[in-house]
Parts: sequence; C-alpha cells; structure tokens
Amino acid sequence: MKFSEQWLREFVNPALTTDELVAQLTMAGLEVDGFEPVASEFSKVVVGEILSAEPHPNADKLRVCSVSTGAEQFQVVCGAPNARAGIKVPFALVGAKLEDFKIKKAKLRGVESFGMLCSERELGISDDHEGLMELPADVEMGADIRGVLNLNDAIIDLDLTPNRSDCLGMTGLARETGLINNLDVAELNIEPVNAAIEDTFPVTLSAGDACPRFVSRVIKGIRLDAETPLWMKEKLRRCDVRSIDPVVDVTNYIMLELGQPMHAYDLDKLSGEINVRQSTAEEQVTLLDGQEIKLESDTLLITDKSGAIGIAGIMGGLSTSVTTETTNILFEAAFFAPTSIIGKARTYGMNTDASHRFERGVDWQGQVRAMERATALLLEIAGGEAGPVSNITLEAAFPTVPVVPLRSQRVSRMLGVTIPDAEISETLQRLGFEFDLNVSDEGTSWQVTAPPHRFDIAIEADLIEEISRVFGYNNLPVRTPKTHLEMARITETALTEEQIKNQLVALGYQEAITYSFVDAKMEHLIDPTNDPISLANPLSAEMTVMRTSLWSGLLKSLIYNLNRQQQRVRLFETGLRFLQAPNQDALVMDNISQEKMLSGVICGPVRTESWNNATQDVDFFDVKGDLQSVLRLTGLEEEFSFSSGEHAALHSGQTALIQRHGSTIGVLGLLDPRVQKKLGIETAVYLFELKLSEIAPKRVPFVEKLSKYPEVRRDLAFLFDQSVDAAEIVGCVESTANETLKNLKLFDVYQGKGIDPNRKSVALGLTFQDVSRTLTDEEINVSIGEIVAALEKNLDANLRN
Amino acid sequence: MSDLMEICNQAESKIEASVDEAALDLVRVEFLGKKGRLTDLLKGLGKLSAEERPAAGAEINKAKQQVQQAIAERKDTLAEVAIQEKLKSERIDVTLPGRNVEEGGLHPVTMVKQRIESFFKSVGYDVVEGPEIEDDYHNFEALNIPQHHPARAMHDTFYFDPNILLRTHTSPVQVRTMEQREPPFRIICPGRVYRVDSDLTHTPMFHQIEGLLIDKESSFADLKGTIVEFLQVFFEKELKVRFRPSYFPFTEPSAEVDVQCVQCAGKGCRVCSNTGWLEVMGSGMVHPRVLEYSGIDPEEYSGFAFGMGVDRFAMLRYGVDDLRLFFDNDLRFLRQFN
Repeated sequence: MKFSEQWLREFVNPALTTDELVAQLTMAGLEVDGFEPVASEFSKVVVGEILSAEPHPNADKLRVCSVSTGAEQFQVVCGAPNARAGIKVPFALVGAKLEDFKIKKAKLRGVESFGMLCSERELGISDDHEGLMELPADVEMGADIRGVLNLNDAIIDLDLTPNRSDCLGMTGLARETGLINNLDVAELNIEPVNAAIEDTFPVTLSAGDACPRFVSRVIKGIRLDAETPLWMKEKLRRCDVRSIDPVVDVTNYIMLELGQPMHAYDLDKLSGEINVRQSTAEEQVTLLDGQEIKLESDTLLITDKSGAIGIAGIMGGLSTSVTTETTNILFEAAFFAPTSIIGKARTYGMNTDASHRFERGVDWQGQVRAMERATALLLEIAGGEAGPVSNITLEAAFPTVPVVPLRSQRVSRMLGVTIPDAEISETLQRLGFEFDLNVSDEGTSWQVTAPPHRFDIAIEADLIEEISRVFGYNNLPVRTPKTHLEMARITETALTEEQIKNQLVALGYQEAITYSFVDAKMEHLIDPTNDPISLANPLSAEMTVMRTSLWSGLLKSLIYNLNRQQQRVRLFETGLRFLQAPNQDALVMDNISQEKMLSGVICGPVRTESWNNATQDVDFFDVKGDLQSVLRLTGLEEEFSFSSGEHAALHSGQTALIQRHGSTIGVLGLLDPRVQKKLGIETAVYLFELKLSEIAPKRVPFVEKLSKYPEVRRDLAFLFDQSVDAAEIVGCVESTANETLKNLKLFDVYQGKGIDPNRKSVALGLTFQDVSRTLTDEEINVSIGEIVAALEKNLDANLRN
Repeated sequence: MSDLMEICNQAESKIEASVDEAALDLVRVEFLGKKGRLTDLLKGLGKLSAEERPAAGAEINKAKQQVQQAIAERKDTLAEVAIQEKLKSERIDVTLPGRNVEEGGLHPVTMVKQRIESFFKSVGYDVVEGPEIEDDYHNFEALNIPQHHPARAMHDTFYFDPNILLRTHTSPVQVRTMEQREPPFRIICPGRVYRVDSDLTHTPMFHQIEGLLIDKESSFADLKGTIVEFLQVFFEKELKVRFRPSYFPFTEPSAEVDVQCVQCAGKGCRVCSNTGWLEVMGSGMVHPRVLEYSGIDPEEYSGFAFGMGVDRFAMLRYGVDDLRLFFDNDLRFLRQFN
C-alpha cells in the first residue's frame, strides 16, 4: 500500500525525519518497502498564466507565449502542444533550478525566452511529458508550486502483513503511529449531513452474517463534470489511485482515509430493491471493467430486480454503474464478513482494493461515519441533495467480539521477562482495548475486548504479541535456552549421507542440485515405463512433471556443461524421485512414493589432462569401480551384486542391475546411443542411480584372529565360453572351495589371438591359509583339484598350461 | 727397508689413482695378492738373521695393514661416488604436477546446509526430513492457514490437485514430528521447498532449514538467544541482530530477523539495498493452535520456531548474486567451492 507521508502527518506528526519515520514503521511491524519524494528537487517554480500563445516566426512547433505571474509578464518560447492562452501552468523563472539543471535567459531560433513552462515529468511528479502540467483555474498567481501542490512530501510504500487490516487506511495508520510515538492522534471531525430530500432505496439483507450491515444513501442532482479538487487528486495520486470523476474519487478517498471501501450506483438504473444474497449456480454478472463472470454458487452478491449487479466486496456491476450521464446516485457502505469474501477474489482472478480490505477485515462499526464523510465531500464537490442515511443492520449477525483472557504469569513465561501490570494495562489502553482487571494470588489477569477494527485478536497469544510489540522486540531479553543434556545417538551402524557424498567427492565427482520438476519429453525419453506425476500449474514447459529419476536433471546439467567446453563431467546428486502407483484414478498421498536416490552422470576422460596421463575416456568399469568404492563404505560389499540387465535408457549390452538381498536397488550403465543422439550428446555417457536407504546400513567391524602360518598363492588360467560371466566363475569357485581359501582374485581376462574366438581366458589367483597350521602341498593340490573339476563340470572350463 | 717405504708409496699412489672397484682390486692383487709385492717381502724374511727377522716382519705387517686400510677407504669413497652419480642421473623435475585424481566438491548449498546442521546438532537438535509432495493439511491447515486464508497468497503454491501440492516450506515436517513425538524435543528440518516464482532472487525450488523447540519453559528470550548466537557463529562475526514484529499464521508473537549487512557491516551497500540490514530469517513462538492441532497442550508446553533460506545464506556467505547459478550446475561455478 502506498500512502502520502504528509497525509499521515495531518493526523499525527511525530518529530521525525522521513527516514526515521520509515525506520520506525518497519521496526513496528509495518514494513516499508521503500519511499520516494513526490517531486524532484527544484526551486523558483511558480504559478504562471499563459496570456497569449503566438506562432514562432522561425519554427512550426514552437510558440511564443506571454506568461504572467501576476506581478510581472515574461516572454517564453514553448514547444508543448497544449500551450494556449488562459491556462495556468508551473513556470520556472530565470534562475530556477530543476535538479541540476539551471534555467537561464535563452534565445530559441532567434526569439528571446525568459524561463520555462513545465510538464509533470520536468518537475519529477510523474512520467507525463505529453504537455504542460495544467493547474486548476483558482490557484494563486505567482505562488510557489511546491506550496501549491504540497510537494514537500514522500510516497511511502508499505508492505502490510495480512493480520494488520486495521492499517489499510490513513486513520488506522495514524492510530498506530500515535501508539508507537505515544502521541495523540487528531480525530476527523465528521458532522452528519442533514437530509435535504426524503428519498431512500429499499434494501433487504438475505445472507445473514455474510452481510449484517448495509448503509445506503440517495444523493440526487449531482454534477459529474465537476472537477475534483487538486488536494484530493494529489492525495489519491500519491496513494497510487487515478482520479476518474468526483463520485469514484470520493469513494476511493474514503477507502484510503478510513479504510472503508464504498460503492456508488446510478440510482436511475436500479430497479425494484437491493437484495444482498448468496448466488445460485449459473448466475452471471457483467462487472464494471466489462468482464462477464459466470458465478459459482455461494458467492455473495448485490442484486436488484434485474439480477446480479455486483459481487459483494469485490467489484460492482456494469449495468448500474455511474457514467458521465449520471445525476442521481445511491452510495453504499457495507460490512461483508471476511469469511464470505476470502478466496472469492482469487477464484474470479480479481484482487481489488475493496476485496483486499474486506477479506482481511474492515471495521464493522465504521459504515455510518464513512457514509457521512462521503456525502459531505461529494456534495461539496459535485453539489446535489442527499437523502437520509439508511442503515439496515442485522444486529444478531454481527461478529461476536470475544473476551480474551490475559494472564501476567503467561506474559512473563512467553516473553522471558516480567512486564509490570501497570505497563500492560497502559499498553492495552493505548491500543484501544477495553478490559476488566483482576488481581488475585495466582497473579494479575485482564479480560480484554478488542475494538471493532482489530480482526486479529482471538486468543491470549494475540494479546501477548501486542504487548511484546509495544514493549519492543529489541527490548526483550536475549538468553541461551537451558535444557537437559542428553547425548546424541550417533550410530555406527548406518552411513550418513555426508559420508557417501564425501566418498564421491574424493573420487572426483562434483555435487549437483537439479530441479525436482522436469521437462515431460525428457522424462519420457529417460523413463518411458513410469507415468510421472504432473503439476497442475507448472511455471514453464520445462518444469511440468516430477522426476521419476534424477537422470533427466543431471543429463540436462551435463549437456549444459558440454556446451561450455567442459569435456570431463562427473556429477552426482542425492534427492527424492517421485513415483505414483500405476493406473490410479486420482492422486492419493499413500500411493506416491518419494524415495531418496543417489545418482550420477559421467563422461569424458578418466583423468584430467596431464603431462603424464594418456587421455583415455571413462568406461563402464571406471564407473563401476567408483560405485564399488562407495558400496565398500558399508563394510557389507558382499551383499551387493551386479548382474547384466535392461533399462530403457541404457545400452542393452552395458547395463548392470545392482542387487541386494535379491531385489534390485539400482542400475548402472551406458546411455543408449539412440537416446544419446536424441539428446544431441556426442560422447559416451555413463549413468548410475541407486536407493540411498539401501546403502545406508553399515557393518560394525568385528575382528578375526590373524593366522601365524604362511599363506600360499596359486595362479590358474582357464578357457571359458564368452558367455560365462565373471560372477558365475567366482561363485562356482567360492561354493566349491573349503575355508582354507582366503582370497580369490580374478586378475586377467583375455580374448583374441591364440584363443578360440568363442572362448576367453580367465586367470584366477587363489590364496590358501589355515588358522591353526601350515597347509601341505598335498592339501592345497586337493583343493585346487576340486575347484578345477567344478569349473570344468559346471562352466565347461579348460585348465590352461 | 727403503724398499718397503718405496713399495708403500707406490701402493698409496696407485690406490689413489684407482677410478673404480676393478682397478682397485688390481692394485690389491699387485701388493697384497699371493704373489704381491708385500707378500714377496714377507716371503723374503727367511733370508734375514733370526735377530733381524722379528723387527723386519713387524715393519712389513704394519705396511701391509696400512695398504689394506687405504684400499678399504678408497673402496668406500668409490662406492659413495658411484651412488652420487646414480642419484644425479635419477634427478626429476619436482615442480611438475603430481599424478592423482582431481577431487570433486560438494554443492555450496550442501556446504551451508551441513554447516548449519552441525551448529544445531552440537546443541542437541535432531535433523528430520520429510516428504516434498505434501497434502494441504500438513502444509497449511495444521499450521493455522485455513483454505483461502490471505496468508496463502504469501505462498504461491504448486498444486497437483486441490489437496496435494509441493510443500512451500519445511514446516510440514515439524507438524509430522509434533504428531509423532512426545515433547520436549528440538529438531531442525532441512530440505527442498517450492514456490511459483522466478527471478534474480527467486527460483521455483529452493532450500530451507526450519527449527523447532518444544519445552516446558521456552520463551521469546530463548528464541532470541538461539538466533543471535546462530547468526554470529554462522557469519563468524559479532554482527548486530534485530527482531521486527511480523506475521506468520503458525507463530505468535512472530518476528522477522534482520542481521547487520555482512558485506558493509551496516554502512549501506548494494547487497543490503543501502539499509545496512539483511532480512534473513522468520521466527516466532509456536501458535497455541498449531500445538493443539498436533496434540500438544499449549498450557503445559510452549515452543519456538524459526526458518531460513539455505540458498540465501549461501549467497551471502560466498558472494553469489544470482540465485539461479545454484541450479545451473556449471562446473566452472561449482569448482570454485572445492
């Protein structure tokens, strides 16, 4: 909300500079977003009247004006299109300074000019530079413009929180400013306007507590072409409201001054009676701004015999609106309960100044005052005769004002400081709260009733907040919490995410954070099997569905880096992936799986370029090695296994499923070349993803006795069919060997020259040792014999010599 | 005995002249071998009289020992020279870079998150995480933000359907914890949050850490103490901190927390828009209704809550001026934090 500082100071004028005032409001919880002077710095600009405007002899667009300041006349050359005899305009005299620009005597195309006639922009009042700023006819000639327009003022932009609707008008803001500064606030003197005519308009309230009060008044014979006075226009402008006509200006002025939104109908367009009621389905209304709205049911409406003529508290209708032909009007000042307005403006996409106030709460006792004030202002500006005030009120439907208890003991417990009872009483008083004081052995308490402009006081905590706010948050004590010292349960049986991340970092991976919502097309390319969860209101086409894998985001980041000459990319990310149970009619929380994954993308050279490294690109086993190094952190590496598998986004021959306890917990592989091509990537990309929870359990080491006896190593080479996997070979050896086999290493795999093209050579290093004695050659030979036999029998192996 | 002297002199000069072990060995054979010259002299002792023999023998043996020692010394010298030569030939350029894997690095948001977590863990807060797709109840309703409450406008929310949404803050994790745990407890809830917003200082996804302490005697003074201490340890400076009344539906009293600008120490600069202050946290005493929603008796327990943007803290700490940089994952940006 923007407001004029001078307007505030009409009510309460603390001895503070603008800077100080702004800082004070901010610290009081009325946050100031910024402020700016209403005009730029200038001096010696006065009211001048153009007496004559003749064509310039040497320039088509210039005019030679004779300008009077009352006391003197000057010749001024001017290029403004609206420069004409009879208007009063701001006139910068020779010697005037507009910011840093000095006005001097000048010769324009051979004609002398003494001073300059000014536009609004030249005075820093607005961006308007269409022509000269035209002043009302009644301003005093020669008077200083700063005084005439009251320009020593600032526009302050206030960012009010939703609970402080009481400050959405100047009188409320003044009350708050007075409270902070402990100053009295000037009361607006609002005298009732006597009825000159008898006319009223019938009103029925059919919506119960949604609209318990509707104050209206007929005013006849107004002149809509009357000029809104400069002071009012200026106040409106400084509060960011455009001047339209006297009726609209007055209603807006009342809203800004008293925080009471009002409305005006063209009396001659109203038919039957006004009925305030809830909408029924399928009703329609055309609003002031021309929008045709199909109404939902349960929208509070203002209706007459013709149907809906406005959405209550949001916007009036077009059919009964005030136009240039209007002479008779009906003013409305009503109270609409916040609960009946809340959400409606949003539903219909119309956040108006009125709805903003009504949904937060408008003083429900202020309607008659607003009506009297509006009537007086309108009659003064546009003439006419007013009827009596019609006040239709459903007393029983008014909000019940709660009596809120406040306990001194509770105040000190919540704030950590004891505030004297007298100070609390005084604060309540200054806030305009009524209360009954009760002093007993259990401590002092107050039974508090909040004034009708405060909609945010319902429970004790609301009052404690008020007390603390006035006491000053920064005057409250600062202390370190005292608590029971309990030791943290730091477990050794689980890895932390931090440990896992650190391992990848040590292996050269850079952590990435990518968006959880991704491009649907990319998502489908990476994971065509899962149907992603879609956002109803995505921010952009690239962020429409929730990721079912972290790969889409990571690949996007990989591409981003490749496009910036980064050839070696190793990124990892941890975060949730989102899956929904298939074939669901509606989204249900229980059917959404949100699981934390660890994922990575890798491409480019294994190592960074160096004087002693051959540049070699990363392959499957580099990445697998990195992953195994992470898995080894668990101390349970034997629980994890890799087996060849399939994934829609991966190369069919280079995909490994990572398994634990028989279920798949992750996948690793080379990006399918077709997908790679579609993504426009020119290099091989490896990907992995696994469930973080599955690699969290950690084995606590439990030491085995060391053997004092020597170990013996035997190396054997076999030929196998190409299709036999290393895991099968290792599995076969391990299940055959007895406990003296301490270590098994697969240390060479060879296929090619000298070997049957369908076969491959695999070399195994077998280490034997016993805990209690030295093994004999015979014993080892027996073990070896069994292993060889098993490999020959089960995997069609041939021992090589 | 001039012969002996002569032989010794010759031996010494020949030993001295030997350039390697092989040459030295030839010298040894020449003088000390079976047919060596000193050996010959010993053999010649027989020709002397019995009286002369002992003295002459002693002389020769002494000379023999001297030659032996000279050879041994020369041998050591030659070995030392040889090793020196070898070392010289093995010289490398130690200024060349070492051979290793270039280490990666954590994301700056993670660095800040871990650091903040460790402060709070050190004083007994547990770290709790929760779902990012949330229901309306946990994100709004249970936090005293009913349907259509104007405060909802403060949270531009991503929806999946009218009841399921992306959490706009990590407060729902606090609600879930209050539902499950018996007070007293203290937790912090880090994680991703989402709002429909995008510009220089807003991204549709960002990170929050929220804290919650519920105990029998917790007050606004404790909240202030916790926050002031946290900000000072985080920025490692004795920065001024101020509290401003504000409004959050789930706390009361509520406060915005400003810290003296870390860039200009309050003098006013671009970072703090010339105010000298940075708005860094929201906080307050937990609203009694929020406690009730989660089954905690507000007469028995009170508590405070606070929340901050991790990304904002990372921006301030590391001088990042565009929030979007955090999510581009440009390696040239990320490596600056390694």
